[in-house]
Amino acid sequence: MEAMLAIAIGLLSSCGVYLMLRARTFPVILGLTLLSYAVNLFLFASGRLVVNAPPIISAEANHYTDPIPQALVLTAIVIGFGMTAYIVTLALRGLSESGGDHVDMPEIPDDDTSKAAIGNQPPAARQKEQQS
Amino acid sequence: MIEHLSPALLLPLALMVAFGGVAMPLMAEPYGRKATTIATGAVMALALALLIPLFSSVIGGQTVVMHLDWLPAFGFNLGFRLDGLGMLFSILILGIGILVVLYAHYYLPVYDKLGRFFAFLLLFMSAMLGIVLSENLLLMVVFWEITSLSSFLLIAYKSEAYESRIAARMALAVTGGGGLALLAGIILLGQVAGSYELSAVIAAADLIKADPLYPVILTLVLLGAFTKSAQFPFHFWLPNAMAAPTPVSAYLHSATMVKAGVFLLARLYPVLSGTDAWVISVSVIGAITLVYGAYMAMYRDDFKGLLAYSTISHLGLITLLFGLSTPMSVIAGVFHIINHAIFKASLFMAAGIIDHECGTRDMRRVNGLFKLMPITATLAMVAAASMAGVPLLNGFLSKEMFFTEAVLFTGFDGAHLILPIFATIAGILAVAYSVRFIHDVFFNGEPIDLPRQPHEPPRWMRVPVEILVLLCLVVGMFPAWAVGSLLASAAGAVLQAPLPAYDLKIWHGFNLAFVMSLIALAGGVGIYAMRRHLIEWHHKLPSLNSRTGFERLHRYLVEQAERILRVLDNGSLQRYVALLCSFVLVYAGWAYSTGGSLPQNESRMPLDIASMIALAALMLGTLGTTLLHHRRLLAVVLIGIVGLVVSLTFVRFSAPDLALTQLSVEVVTIVLMLLALYYLPQRSPKESSRSRIGRDIVLAVGIGCGMAFITYALLTSSFSTISGYYLEQSVPGGGGSNVVNVILVDFRGFDTLGEIAVLAMAALGAHALLDQLRLTPPAKDAVGRLWAEEAHPLFLKMLMRPLLPLALAVAVYIFLRGHNLPGGGFVAGLVTGVALILQSLAGGFSFAEQRLPKYYPPFLGLGLAFAAGIGLVSWFFARPFLTSAHGHFDIPLLGEIELASVIIFDLGVYLVVVATVLLILTELGRLHYRKENA
Repeated sequence: MEAMLAIAIGLLSSCGVYLMLRARTFPVILGLTLLSYAVNLFLFASGRLVVNAPPIISAEANHYTDPIPQALVLTAIVIGFGMTAYIVTLALRGLSESGGDHVDMPEIPDDDTSKAAIGNQPPAARQKEQQS
Repeated sequence: MIEHLSPALLLPLALMVAFGGVAMPLMAEPYGRKATTIATGAVMALALALLIPLFSSVIGGQTVVMHLDWLPAFGFNLGFRLDGLGMLFSILILGIGILVVLYAHYYLPVYDKLGRFFAFLLLFMSAMLGIVLSENLLLMVVFWEITSLSSFLLIAYKSEAYESRIAARMALAVTGGGGLALLAGIILLGQVAGSYELSAVIAAADLIKADPLYPVILTLVLLGAFTKSAQFPFHFWLPNAMAAPTPVSAYLHSATMVKAGVFLLARLYPVLSGTDAWVISVSVIGAITLVYGAYMAMYRDDFKGLLAYSTISHLGLITLLFGLSTPMSVIAGVFHIINHAIFKASLFMAAGIIDHECGTRDMRRVNGLFKLMPITATLAMVAAASMAGVPLLNGFLSKEMFFTEAVLFTGFDGAHLILPIFATIAGILAVAYSVRFIHDVFFNGEPIDLPRQPHEPPRWMRVPVEILVLLCLVVGMFPAWAVGSLLASAAGAVLQAPLPAYDLKIWHGFNLAFVMSLIALAGGVGIYAMRRHLIEWHHKLPSLNSRTGFERLHRYLVEQAERILRVLDNGSLQRYVALLCSFVLVYAGWAYSTGGSLPQNESRMPLDIASMIALAALMLGTLGTTLLHHRRLLAVVLIGIVGLVVSLTFVRFSAPDLALTQLSVEVVTIVLMLLALYYLPQRSPKESSRSRIGRDIVLAVGIGCGMAFITYALLTSSFSTISGYYLEQSVPGGGGSNVVNVILVDFRGFDTLGEIAVLAMAALGAHALLDQLRLTPPAKDAVGRLWAEEAHPLFLKMLMRPLLPLALAVAVYIFLRGHNLPGGGFVAGLVTGVALILQSLAGGFSFAEQRLPKYYPPFLGLGLAFAAGIGLVSWFFARPFLTSAHGHFDIPLLGEIELASVIIFDLGVYLVVVATVLLILTELGRLHYRKENA
């Protein structure tokens, strides 16, 4: 079970990182979501895997799982939602400002010839372009 | 009460007056220039008046120390001290400060309202006062840095001039860099001594000198002192700083700021001096600076530049005297600090008057002013004679003491003659440049082509010069009466030992020192007489211009920095993320290869069929999301599966609270993504190059493997936890049996308060981004079909309405039971949010808009106020912030209920979560609605 969960977390982070490296806003949002799953599961797993022992005090229960990672992950899930929501609105704002959903404004395509041309411009010149 | 207060409290009080006074000139500005000047002078006078009551005990040999803990763990405390040295400098700083204020009032043009200038000047003055009154060395370094910063502002006061800006930047770079070295040196010093309090450091002097770190400490501290006091080879900023208004030069570059360096030498003299390293480094640098400065001063055509180089030379002299490390040389050094401040400040002021009246500072054009402004000329000539070391003036006395010490010094083995010869050469050069200043400016024919017709300045502008020149004469003729006790107590503070017997008088008999003085006077006049040949010869020398060198270095560094930035910061988010991931991989790999391994635990949990199917679904969903991310709607469906399996994982492994939260967050997130997808393109273009995809796969696989590896190592290592306390205390201490919820709202309530604050900020940020946003929704979907006519199917609408009260009832139930069973504010908030959002989806946003609040930010505030407010209530019961209380209540119909005060806190959490969800989703929905109604 441990190995299986470890592989699942690894796959979630792998796919999350890959999607975060995409050039469009929506895959980046998906990637961040996957990465938050991975991180939440990882934090949760630091309390180890315990079955049928929720941390709810009762007379019948004889042992409990570790409540601290759960408390940490609970707020992490909610804050993760806040972050996702913020980035979604950021993406929409970007769409309205630039007319596209590329993560860079202005777009920086990834083929190397045009990158060199943009890279040689001083930042100030780029900014001017952006304003005009 | 008053009689219980220690007089030492006057020290921080004086500093508070000084720093607080920085605002005074700005407040006085609307009442005119005169009011501004008076306000500034009053601040200085008040600070001085607060210190004066302490002077008598200091002269009596006491050291006034006051100590207030600030950050005792770091040794950083508010320690203040007034000893003889501090007293001498306080008098110089405040006394000359008042004269400079009066002078500046007339010097600066009438259109200058003076508020800003005097505020800068007071800031500098306060910091300077702070340096000399600090007992805690770290505190001293802080004040030291403030002098660097405020002198930057003062040098760049005429900020429209390119010269001023360059000069200010150079001064900041050199003195600021020295300040960093000093900070490092002081930290090491404090580490070795075990304290940053000067008294303790002085007591540990022998320990410090024996420490292997001593050479490092000495080098770093001397770097600080030499950069500030413009010692060779860091001297070049000072002549350039002459771009500052002349009152600044008179104050900073004669009496105070450049003296901070020699003050530091004097301050740490009892700690660091006496070793060979000290004697050689300090005296050699001082001697080089002494001669080099005097030599360069001779060739300046700009008389302010001449004074600047002369200042460098005199600072070199003081440094040299401290370097020689004999009691008499220290007395001479302290004496010269006083004398130089007096004559050089008056000379700068006189130079400023001449500049002001003539409109130029070029000595090739400014000639024969004696006839035009005889009084100023006489004053300047007396001061210049003092600078040259003419008998009956104060400059003569300390120079004579220097010559005596040079002759007596035996420290350099087998080279007794070097020092006296050096001293004589420096003396000759000093006379030569002084003669040049006097002769060129006041005699030497007629003025040539001056921009203005010079005449005597306003009466009061001359007063500060008159006072200072009078002091030159008084100290020169009656030294023991005028400064005897001040000098004795200052030198005593430097030496930290009884002073040797010495005699402050004008005539010491016809000795070798007097002969050296005579040679210097005659030689100086002689050199001036043959100046034409010398100037020709000087111009043939290769020019040693450290200023252009500094500029070239500066430009080179900026270019290199820009080049690196262009590579790292090209504006591409993809590159940043890739760099970040690569860094994580390299850093974690390095940490792994150098770290130990976790202790392993033998027992493993067997894999059951249900878990295997669930985890397989999770992996399929993840891979599907990634591989099919170009088809965005499909990707959202698939990521929903992943979220569901994550919730199931929480259920399986005993985390019901997490499962509930994850499930409701999942619903909200999917709705959010769908709303966003309405405006965003339905598909991602396939645009990544093969090499880019390859690079990303390598990074992604690397990080994934790392995460899997760490997780596995963690899960299989043996386990110990700190949660025992929480499990035991949850019911008796927190009044709830759901430990997760008790931790959230009670044990770690402060964390939760911070977290809902973050959530509220994210919501406000989204609110700001969505405000005034205009987006055009596409008319057709990705494959070109029109959107369905019937946006809100009747069936859904009708089904959802009765569901609302049910859902809200569930939310209330989850909220109330949260303390004891899975639930609580977070989950209940999410459930409420989902219930209300479903109404919007089913009935349309316009339908929901009419029934729900329109503006959510106040609810965020209300929630935070609840949570923080209940925390504050515990203060009224004299308990720490967020202390909880709980008890049993018998309520009719419901029976006995256990209520804890944290339920209010949880209500705050609930409100913030509901408001966040509704704010973001309804505002996103409203984009469309706004469009429809436009």
